[in-house]
Amino acid sequence: MPKILIQFAHPTLSKSSVQKTMESYCRTVKGVTFNDLYENYPDLYIDVKKEQQLLLQHDIIVLQHPFYWYSSPPIMKQWLDLVLEYNWAYGPEGNRLAGKKIFNALSCGGSKEAYKDTGYNRFPVNVYLLPFNQTAHLCKMEYLPPFVIHETYSMKQQTIDDHGKQYASILKAFVNNEIQQEHYQHIEYLNELHLLSALNS
Amino acid sequence: MIYLASAVIMVPVAKRLGLGSVLGYLVAGVLIGPAGLEFIGLEGQDIMHFAEFGVVMMLFVIGLELEPSRLWRMRKDIAGLGGLQVGITSLVVMGLALAFGIYWKEALALGLIVAMSSTAIVMQTLDEKGWLKTAAGQSSFAVLLFQDLAIIPMLALFPLLASNQPEEVAHGSESGSLVSNLPAWEQAVIVLGSVAIVVVTGKYLLRPVFRIMAKTGMREMFTAIALLLVVGIAVLMTSVGLSPALGAFLAGVVLANSEYRHELESSIDPFKGLLLGLFFISVGSSIDFQLIISKPLLIMGLVSGFMICKAAILFALGKIFKVRTAQNFIFSFGLSQVGEFAFVLLSFSLQEGVLTKDITDIMMAVVAISMALTPLVMVLNDKLILSRVCKVEEGLQVQRPSDVEEQDNPVIIAGYGHFGNTIGRFLRANNVTATVLDNDSDNVDFLRRMGLKVYYGDATRYELLDIAGANKAQMIIIAINDEEKRLEMIETVKKHFPHLHILVRSTNRNDAYDLMNAGMMHIYRETFDTSLRLGIDALKLLGHRAHEATRSAKTFFIHDERTLKHLSKIRNDEELYLNTVRQSIEELEMIMQADREAMNLGAIAGWERKAENA
Repeated sequence: MPKILIQFAHPTLSKSSVQKTMESYCRTVKGVTFNDLYENYPDLYIDVKKEQQLLLQHDIIVLQHPFYWYSSPPIMKQWLDLVLEYNWAYGPEGNRLAGKKIFNALSCGGSKEAYKDTGYNRFPVNVYLLPFNQTAHLCKMEYLPPFVIHETYSMKQQTIDDHGKQYASILKAFVNNEIQQEHYQHIEYLNELHLLSALNS
Repeated sequence: MIYLASAVIMVPVAKRLGLGSVLGYLVAGVLIGPAGLEFIGLEGQDIMHFAEFGVVMMLFVIGLELEPSRLWRMRKDIAGLGGLQVGITSLVVMGLALAFGIYWKEALALGLIVAMSSTAIVMQTLDEKGWLKTAAGQSSFAVLLFQDLAIIPMLALFPLLASNQPEEVAHGSESGSLVSNLPAWEQAVIVLGSVAIVVVTGKYLLRPVFRIMAKTGMREMFTAIALLLVVGIAVLMTSVGLSPALGAFLAGVVLANSEYRHELESSIDPFKGLLLGLFFISVGSSIDFQLIISKPLLIMGLVSGFMICKAAILFALGKIFKVRTAQNFIFSFGLSQVGEFAFVLLSFSLQEGVLTKDITDIMMAVVAISMALTPLVMVLNDKLILSRVCKVEEGLQVQRPSDVEEQDNPVIIAGYGHFGNTIGRFLRANNVTATVLDNDSDNVDFLRRMGLKVYYGDATRYELLDIAGANKAQMIIIAINDEEKRLEMIETVKKHFPHLHILVRSTNRNDAYDLMNAGMMHIYRETFDTSLRLGIDALKLLGHRAHEATRSAKTFFIHDERTLKHLSKIRNDEELYLNTVRQSIEELEMIMQADREAMNLGAIAGWERKAENA
């Protein structure tokens, strides 16, 4: 059974109901390790050896964070810079992460409409995520479509809970090996997987 | 040997009962004295003379801790508080004596004698309680210092008061002073001259000597020279008719600015402690129980009369000098006994024929008993009066315990000096309220007025922790500055409140080892973070990049905490056969070796590679 590592980055979690709900739901899934980066490294001093060890122990890496200025909070970048070492994650001998799956799980304020060429954000979320995509590619990992929750500012707790449940069910499906490449090959967001009959049963 | 054995037995017992070591020594003295088990007889008197040396050393050490500038700042207290205390007490006692039909010269002598308090007992007690720096401690010290100074004119004055024929004329002139046969002005010149010798020697001559001693690198040499110094001064002062204690104090003050003062202090400390102990034991053993039994009412009446009278005068003076109520109780009760200088003055006045033997015998007993009672009075004061005074100000909370429980704070901070106070402020800024325990009643007063929940007292005691709500709290922060008290407190907390998180301040590495052995998980070396922050700034000023320096400090920090844990384990195994000095050097070598390795690891491969490329 594949194991999931959630790399979580939120500088003010106590003020975010969406991310808190996502956290509490995903912690209920068996086979998921929740690694709270800001909690473990409040001064951004990351323990590289320990983080690499964690990566080696898991098969699917989820980068869970709010979408700040079209990217992640800074600790996520710090983590990438320090942990993905040359000839460890990439480079001629850097094969330690090869074959693992990785995707982003985001919450963002703007609607999906805003992330169209006609919207005020002009580009789709996936375009903004290209640096993550390419990083994964260089490390010989498979980059999956993101899980995205839009319009978080005005969201009611009921809706937030629904998103949380959906997130947990997708993670569970990954752990149970129920999601194959053909399922996500042609979709924009992993959220669309809930249309799969396998997940609804 | 009997002395030592009795001290070894009685002092821990007295400490255990919360009575302080002074009372322990005194009880030990009573037990082995003529009145008790009769291990020692009349030679107790001789031992006492020898042991008075402890008092001399204590004043030397006190002098060492007092820089001249501080002494100068205290001049108002010393002259005002001290002068008034000696003056008023003497007059009141003299008045009483006159009323009882004693001749005025004798009455004046008695008054002066009774005005003296015991430097040895008071300073020792204040030190043990950690009260030296409080208002009560400072005022007590000022008064004691004035009394020590006043001894000199008194010794000069007593011969003039002689109304009875000296018992033996020859005996009188033998009383120690080489210069007493010279005319008065020559005496004065010689006295001033010898004071000048002490000052000049201390200031200019001793420093090069110390430097040479320090170069030899042998600690014993410091002990030797410190002892030589004190003995030398005592001999010099006695030979010119001055108080040796005062001379030693003077020498101490002169050396207080010297860079070797801590060295001197630590090398003389054990002698001081032992001799003082001996002194207290001999006071205990010199109490003449036969006399007390024959005239119990008279003696007890005198003791309580003198003590109440002195305490009342002190309390009034404390009020005038604006000492706060709780502190004033410590101050006035603490100084209410008649002190060891009284013994000196009594025997002197007997020799000079100022007082008759009947009176001095009774007074000897009175003085000894009043000294013996002091620690008891202090304990009573601590337990009964202080707790009440501090509670009264607390108002309704204590009378309605349910109220207290409802607003119980999650955090208890023990010790609210500069360390605890920063923690408290930080927590408050984040809306976390803390209950504070402190043993400085002035501080307690002040914090109460600031609206904090503060309890006065010894935080190592179960009762206080219980009142402070340790049962309901989540954590206790031990920020008191006394290492031993901290360990005591940890024991109490672990025993009675095992649910509490304990966060404890530590002085340095060695202290941290002790705390680890005590099972502490959260240890904070008080200078460690600060030193590293300074190190970061040093690197920055040398041109290093700020972030790199900061990161390097963090690497160093984590590594050092790890080394500390590692070494604490090794240390326990090898402690038995490694001698302390060698051990600490080896340890430093190991630490430095590990430092180099860790800093190599600290280089960030992820960034190094990028640095080459971009």
